[in-house]
Amino acid sequence: MTETLSKFQKIPDREPPSSTVGMLAWVRINLFGTTTNTITTLLFLYVIYLFLPPFLDWAIFNANISGSDRSVCDENKSGACWTFVKVRFEQLLFGLYFATNPDQIWRPITALFTFGIILTPLLFEKTPFKKWLLLILLTAYPVFFIFIVYGGAFGIPVSDTGQWGGFLLTFALAFVGIVLALPLGILLALGRRSQMPVIRALSVTYIEFWRGTPLITILFMASVMLPLFFPSGVDFDKVVRAMIGITLFQSAYTAEAVRGGLQAIDKGQTEASMALGLGYWKRTIFIILPQALKISIPAIVNTFIALFKDTSLVSIIGLLDLLKMSQSASRSLEWNGYDIEGYLFAGFVFWACCYGMSSYSQKLERKLDTEGRTE
Amino acid sequence: MTSASASKKSTKNQISPIITINKLNKWFGKFHVLKDIDLEVNKTEKIVICGPSGSGKSTLIRCINRLEVHQEGTIIVDGTELTDDVKQINEIRSDVGMVFQHFNLFPHLTVLENCTLAPIWVRKKSKLEADELAMELLTKVRIPDQAKKYPGQLSGGQQQRVAIARALCMQPRVMLFDEPTSALDPEMIKEVLETMIELAESGMTMIVVTHEMGFANKVADRVIFMDEGQIVEQNDPKNFFNNPKSDRTKLFLSQILNH
Ligand SMILES: Nc1ncnc2c1ncn2[C@@H]1O[C@H](COP(=O)(O)OP(=O)(O)OP(=O)(O)O)[C@@H](O)[C@H]1O
Ligand SMILES: [Mg+2]
Repeated sequence: MTETLSKFQKIPDREPPSSTVGMLAWVRINLFGTTTNTITTLLFLYVIYLFLPPFLDWAIFNANISGSDRSVCDENKSGACWTFVKVRFEQLLFGLYFATNPDQIWRPITALFTFGIILTPLLFEKTPFKKWLLLILLTAYPVFFIFIVYGGAFGIPVSDTGQWGGFLLTFALAFVGIVLALPLGILLALGRRSQMPVIRALSVTYIEFWRGTPLITILFMASVMLPLFFPSGVDFDKVVRAMIGITLFQSAYTAEAVRGGLQAIDKGQTEASMALGLGYWKRTIFIILPQALKISIPAIVNTFIALFKDTSLVSIIGLLDLLKMSQSASRSLEWNGYDIEGYLFAGFVFWACCYGMSSYSQKLERKLDTEGRTE
Repeated sequence: MTSASASKKSTKNQISPIITINKLNKWFGKFHVLKDIDLEVNKTEKIVICGPSGSGKSTLIRCINRLEVHQEGTIIVDGTELTDDVKQINEIRSDVGMVFQHFNLFPHLTVLENCTLAPIWVRKKSKLEADELAMELLTKVRIPDQAKKYPGQLSGGQQQRVAIARALCMQPRVMLFDEPTSALDPEMIKEVLETMIELAESGMTMIVVTHEMGFANKVADRVIFMDEGQIVEQNDPKNFFNNPKSDRTKLFLSQILNH
């Protein structure tokens, strides 16, 4: 029986040619593969050569960090004055109240540190009870934050929110904006796709109104107009006003991001869950939202990143967020003239936070991708 | 035909209708998709619906669990008339299983979770009970070893069998199938049809939209031919295939059988 059939011979697997694997091959193929490629690479290297060494000299090698006043910096003008950032560090991070009350500074430190402690395990895949941790972060943590940073209970003195500032304020505004805008945005996105005309019209109106208004205007309105709607006795906290404005504004953007995800879900998913007898909320919570939110993660995080940066607009209503604080500190008499360092520091902190959010969202996207939807 | 004598009173009689459709009319906008449909389906009866594309087959069975809303006529499922009452609709839906052409499994849930979600949240079963029942039914459709996988990791035939198991986990009184095999590769059609034949043998009431005439021949008590939103002809499979009464049926049969 085998006489007429030739026997199948397996060709043994071989390594790919060495000229196509490894670092050097990658560089040769990707950076110098074609003439255009080579020119681009060389131009790029030249630009780096022009700007990077002088910058590094200024920012690192010639920089000043010693001392506690401007004398060191004034003597050596060829380097950055990190002494300024060092001396004003507490002020830049936590604002004037905590900078001027060193015995209270443990409060914002504890608050931010606790945030880090809850957040870090959430970043790792293998952590158990993630859902509960997230729930704690979104519910118990804000209460804890108010208790410890605002104070007023358990013998902790009140720190007036008007005195909050720096990174602490930026963090508080962004955190509240993000945490409250997400559920609100989800409801709005669902409302916009509702079968009920009234709910749909209300959602659309809300979303389009807030999306069409610049945040600056909203902050102005929140600070000037909001008090008009309340009896004169009610004095709204400035920070709370900003938080309300930011949340209302942000929820419209979150809603649009979520709507994109909702639209991407196949109609068959709704039909299958309807056919099983699941009511609207059950199929929304168990079937539609988990899939829609997953798809909208990049868009949602984009809105978070935009919000985080936009919080610096609160300076317009007289709040000293990280950016404004850096500016005003570098314009004080003692440090006049060192604003570049202040801006760089603020910029770096903003960048680090936004980059963190961005890379986490990419990681999450890859992890949640059980269907091979992306790539 | 069988049910002419069955009265409106549904006693525990074998031939009492579980679905009664009376003068059903439906429009999509101005387009009249279903015209004066009358249909009674008895307990344990197996009905195959066929007809050319666009004739309204899907729309008809989707009206039975109100995935589509009709404008005229009545549909009574298991003694309850379909109205706008959301609670009633959900009750009827939980008693009527449906299997779709494109499976529509929930991709973010495992096979087991796909099967237990509705029993837990609609039937209020405990997770343990639901798991047990799901494993039993997954065993029946011969994929118990895939329970922990996600739908995306299964072949089309396996996915459709999961979809059948998912519907059966609600312990429905009627099963609706909308072209369950037409999205499948030929080698997988057989495994799904076998599962459906076993289900039919177990006594389930089934309404199946399909062009699998072998299946119709073997399982159906009645074959219904639809065209232009009307029921053109219905008969037992033998007579339906061998001496169709309408020229339209004849043409249709010659087209699909010579294919
Ligand atoms: N949601 C809808 N809106 C408007 N028209 C629709 C809608 N759904 C179906 N139709 C139309 O109604 C008619 C009947 O559709 P239906 O899906 O019931 O046909 P079918 O017999 O199942 O066809 P097929 O074999 O292609 O599945 C078709 O002409 C279709 O274009
Ligand atoms: Mg169809």
